[in-house]
Amino acid sequence: MFEKILIANRGEIALRVQRACRELGIKTVAVHSVADKEAKYVKLADESVCIGPASSSLSYLNIPAVISAAEVTDAQAIHPGYGFLSENADFAERVEQSGFVFIGPRAETIRLMGDKVSAKNAMKAAGVPCVPGSEGALPDDPIEIIKTAKKVGYPVIIKAAGGGGGRGMRVVHTEAALINAVNMTKAEAQAAFGNPMVYMEKFLENPRHIEIQILADQHGNAVFLGDRDCSMQRRHQKIIEEAPSPLLSARIRDKIGERCAEACRKIKYRGAGTFEFLYENGEFYFIEMNTRLQVEHTVTEMITGIDLVQQQIFVAAGEKLKFRQKDIVLRGHAIECRINAEDPYSFVPSPGKLTTFHMPGGPGVRIDTHVYSGYTVPPHYDSMICKLITHGATREQAIARMRIALSEMLVDGIKTNIPLHADLMADAAFHLGGTSIHYLEQKLGISHK
Amino acid sequence: MDLRKLKKLIDLVEESGISELELTEGEEKVRISRALMPNQAPVQYTTAPYMSAQQTAPVAQTTPLPVAATPVVAEIEGQIVKSPMVGTFYRSSSPDSKPFVDVGTKVAIGDTLCIIEAMKLLNEIESDVAGVVKKILLENGQPVEYGEPLFIIE
Repeated sequence: MFEKILIANRGEIALRVQRACRELGIKTVAVHSVADKEAKYVKLADESVCIGPASSSLSYLNIPAVISAAEVTDAQAIHPGYGFLSENADFAERVEQSGFVFIGPRAETIRLMGDKVSAKNAMKAAGVPCVPGSEGALPDDPIEIIKTAKKVGYPVIIKAAGGGGGRGMRVVHTEAALINAVNMTKAEAQAAFGNPMVYMEKFLENPRHIEIQILADQHGNAVFLGDRDCSMQRRHQKIIEEAPSPLLSARIRDKIGERCAEACRKIKYRGAGTFEFLYENGEFYFIEMNTRLQVEHTVTEMITGIDLVQQQIFVAAGEKLKFRQKDIVLRGHAIECRINAEDPYSFVPSPGKLTTFHMPGGPGVRIDTHVYSGYTVPPHYDSMICKLITHGATREQAIARMRIALSEMLVDGIKTNIPLHADLMADAAFHLGGTSIHYLEQKLGISHK
Repeated sequence: MDLRKLKKLIDLVEESGISELELTEGEEKVRISRALMPNQAPVQYTTAPYMSAQQTAPVAQTTPLPVAATPVVAEIEGQIVKSPMVGTFYRSSSPDSKPFVDVGTKVAIGDTLCIIEAMKLLNEIESDVAGVVKKILLENGQPVEYGEPLFIIE
């Protein structure tokens, strides 16, 4: 087991990983930018190293700085959290070349799943159903592109192969708009990801976003830990997540879950990961795989009782999974609301000093946050400041507990999207369950991009 | 006493305005004093509440904090050169070579002051000011973080 782990991230996930390490008696090294010097987890870490100025590219995305920090502190392993370098195959490779353990999959797996075209091909080969579309990257010839779209059937969506997480996508409803859309997406992809390759998929009109959490060790064992429904999204960013997915039979869940676990065994996956699907009319369609811990891993932890971060550490240390598929039992229902420092309806970011920050409590309420009263939310990073999670014996109880917890939260000094969450907890369609990924935008009256 | 801890105590004295700090831990004892700027009245540091806490605290510190400021160390004035990266600080390009600079060395902008090693690569750190090296704040082989003060150049 590791004696010291360097946490290459910031914010609530840095605290989350730190907690998992501390519980296991593992020393922690917190790396931070100048802007995060006063972060709670930095003060609680056994050691901290300032790795750069506020700008992410010079600090949290600065590979030499992070690895150098591991060198000077004699850390043994690096946990990348989510975002930042967590799905950077070069980083994973350099970490291991420098003699440290990367807590995550092997670099080649990250590379395979990072390219959305090769990921789809790997999944098709492993028997996982995919969204119908262009078989691979779109060719340059406009005539071929138009032919492909005709075959797939409008509306279609153009996606960047190097994108993912909702970035680098464009929907096309008519043939007249197709070539322009492809060219624009290619240009954006080149600028944002350094890779102009795009592919095409059938655009599903009213799907739900359902994902499967998996865990695989280095001894060929792989299990799935239930599913999550993350359909409540705005501009492809998740706002509310829940586990398990409402209105989904256990039989259907187990079938797709087992397909994912089998795919993991086939590609020799290592660690925690999530298979993301669009679910429509009783069919699952694979869209991408996230080769890292997800923000919403929390709801899975609540219904399975399994600490996913600790499991990542065990797997990285070479241990065998201590449970089999039949040992994983889903209990009750969990919901997570992402609390962001932003205006609840205009979504304009709202950084600044938190003059008051009072958190709720009570049975079935979990708060994952690094902020505290008096903390200044820096403007340089993403706006999520807190994850509010509730668990109940039923979905209704989880919703009721969330409604109460939201009403108890007191945040002054900045704006947050707590009012939006309160609104959604009272929403009739949300109560019924099974709303599509377009529901929130329709409700807010935003035209779909 | 751990050099990193010592450095933190120095920072504490500088940031807090304490003029003198004496700390005893078991057999180890350290005293850090700071000179006042001229034309400034000596700081009257009231330690009354602290002193009573001292009396009841477990006996780790045997000497109470001195109240009056006594200029012991020479003034620390000049530009601080900070580390632009994370790594290990070395004063010379190899264990056998002479250090790039010593206290008293005259430097021009662009002169190499030290090496910071990261990921098996040696990076020469150049001075962005001209002047005389007044203080070298780290020991050879010590780890540095981004923004950590390395030299004071006047």
